[in-house]
Amino acid sequence: MPAECMIRQISVFSENKPGKLASIAKALQEGGVNILAFSIAEADGFGVVRAIVNKPEIAYRELTRLGYNVAFTEVIAVGMEDRPGGLYEIADLLGGASLNIEYAYAYSGKEGAVLILRVDNPADAIARIQAGGRRCLPSSVFQ
Amino acid sequence: MSTWSNPFLSVSPILCALPKVAKGRQMFWEKPMETLKGDDLKRLQEDRLKETCSRAMGTGFYRDLFKSAGISPADIKTLDDITRLPFTRKQDLRGGYPFGFLAVPLSSVVRIHTTSGTTGKPTVVGYTRGDLEKWSSLIARNLTMVGLRQGDVFQNMVNYGMFTGGLGFHYGAEKIGLTVIPSATGNTKRQIEMIHDFGVTAIHCTPSYAMHLAESAEEAGIKLDSLKTGIFGAEPWSESLRGELEEKLGVTAYDSYGLSELYGPGVAFECQERDGLHIWHDCYLVEIIDPVTGEQLGPGEQGELVVTPLVKEAMPLIRYRTGDVTMLIEDDCPCGRGMKIARITGRSDDMLVIRGINVFPSQIEHVLLGIPEVGNQFMVYVDRVNHLDEMTIEVELSRTHFSGELADLARIQKKVIKELRDALELRTTVRLVEPGSLPRFEGKAKRVIDRRTGD
Ligand SMILES: [Zn+2]
Repeated sequence: MPAECMIRQISVFSENKPGKLASIAKALQEGGVNILAFSIAEADGFGVVRAIVNKPEIAYRELTRLGYNVAFTEVIAVGMEDRPGGLYEIADLLGGASLNIEYAYAYSGKEGAVLILRVDNPADAIARIQAGGRRCLPSSVFQ
Repeated sequence: MSTWSNPFLSVSPILCALPKVAKGRQMFWEKPMETLKGDDLKRLQEDRLKETCSRAMGTGFYRDLFKSAGISPADIKTLDDITRLPFTRKQDLRGGYPFGFLAVPLSSVVRIHTTSGTTGKPTVVGYTRGDLEKWSSLIARNLTMVGLRQGDVFQNMVNYGMFTGGLGFHYGAEKIGLTVIPSATGNTKRQIEMIHDFGVTAIHCTPSYAMHLAESAEEAGIKLDSLKTGIFGAEPWSESLRGELEEKLGVTAYDSYGLSELYGPGVAFECQERDGLHIWHDCYLVEIIDPVTGEQLGPGEQGELVVTPLVKEAMPLIRYRTGDVTMLIEDDCPCGRGMKIARITGRSDDMLVIRGINVFPSQIEHVLLGIPEVGNQFMVYVDRVNHLDEMTIEVELSRTHFSGELADLARIQKKVIKELRDALELRTTVRLVEPGSLPRFEGKAKRVIDRRTGD
């Protein structure tokens, strides 16, 4: 079922200024929100902080309350082999099916190495990954 | 009365006022003058310009000015000759305090108004009996143009003291036979009560007071159903405020422009098309200039409005710099009147020169208003980098237009840059900032920070 593999990432619009990340992190801490993975994408003075958190609704509320522009984005999380070639395997599965990766970031936690992917067509990507013998983590793992 | 003090040629105002026509039909107060165009207008303007120059010789200021320009009034033969004369500025008028600009003896002046100066002495404006007659006729033209006529009840909610808005509108409104309520300012509860109880159909006030009035009426639960026309002026106001006022008050809102040095309100006014203001070319010779070089600009080009009043007796002025930014609109108006000017978009003092191109903050504001992905607040920073001017504009991302994707942000940024380049013919740097992060201004906004120092 692709739906259970859809994970809500929070995306926060942030100017590239000192203290911005600290301010976002503090807001999440005060809301009792745990950050499982995050990345910062930056372009020309502004950026988007992307994070997978355990309580996306609370994170959204806390950050919006502080005046941040926050959006939910659907991503998928793929379990990787924690060894050389692990990332290649997944990228190759998707590339072979002409599925475009908009962006990706990874972390290594108790579920092993996990690749967070934003793709054009998540349902196809999930099907392709599962057919290739890799596992898409259900959102219940995080949220 | 001297011959030129009755300038409105052949048509009697009384005759114009009589016909009662169906709503929507064009109504004129002085149709021949209001619709005068082409060579006829040019000839009249030339005659009146010559008269104005002769009258101006009644003041020491203009005697000296002609002398230092090395010309005499007889050298001014065509409208183009006006460029041989220097501009008259507000500070010149202040320098003439109190009566240095009167071209007639004080005994011929039947009224004095002053304009408040933010610094120092006010500017004194005198009116002969003929001036008051012409001024009220201009107001009569404007009120007739927006469809008001005998039978309408007009509440004039502006200051009746030294400010020209009160008495100026008052006498024009009486002239066309409106039932005038000189309610002046203050006591909003009483103002609302009068509108309601007297069946007021038209109001005149500042747009900000109109908003206050609308909100107070709403709070009190009073419906002002009789209202149909709102005339707003004396401060700049936006199209979005027009929409709000029209909805809240149930009026059609018209923009009114004027300044005391040119009599007061009534210089230019929106017709029922509400797409620019008709300026009365038989009474005001209009130039739009580049505020830095002083050169005349053509229709469609934004610049400072410079006016030579053509019928003023007590206080003639030549090439008076209003400081207001507008442009001439070339398109013919369906109402049949003469060339319009755009709504005032700012003050020429605020103009920036970036790499030799004139930029008004109002142009930036206008571009941003048309882009829903960003807010209307902005800041402009000007720097000089390697001897080149660089303009950076900070604008807030709209709260409702964040998709979460960096690529969409970059698209929005590019869109703003492109639209600014199209409007300003200038490459700018645009920085998207978080909503709510830019300063909000009450009153005069300080949106421009010029960090250029001498090269
Ligand atoms: Zn018109």
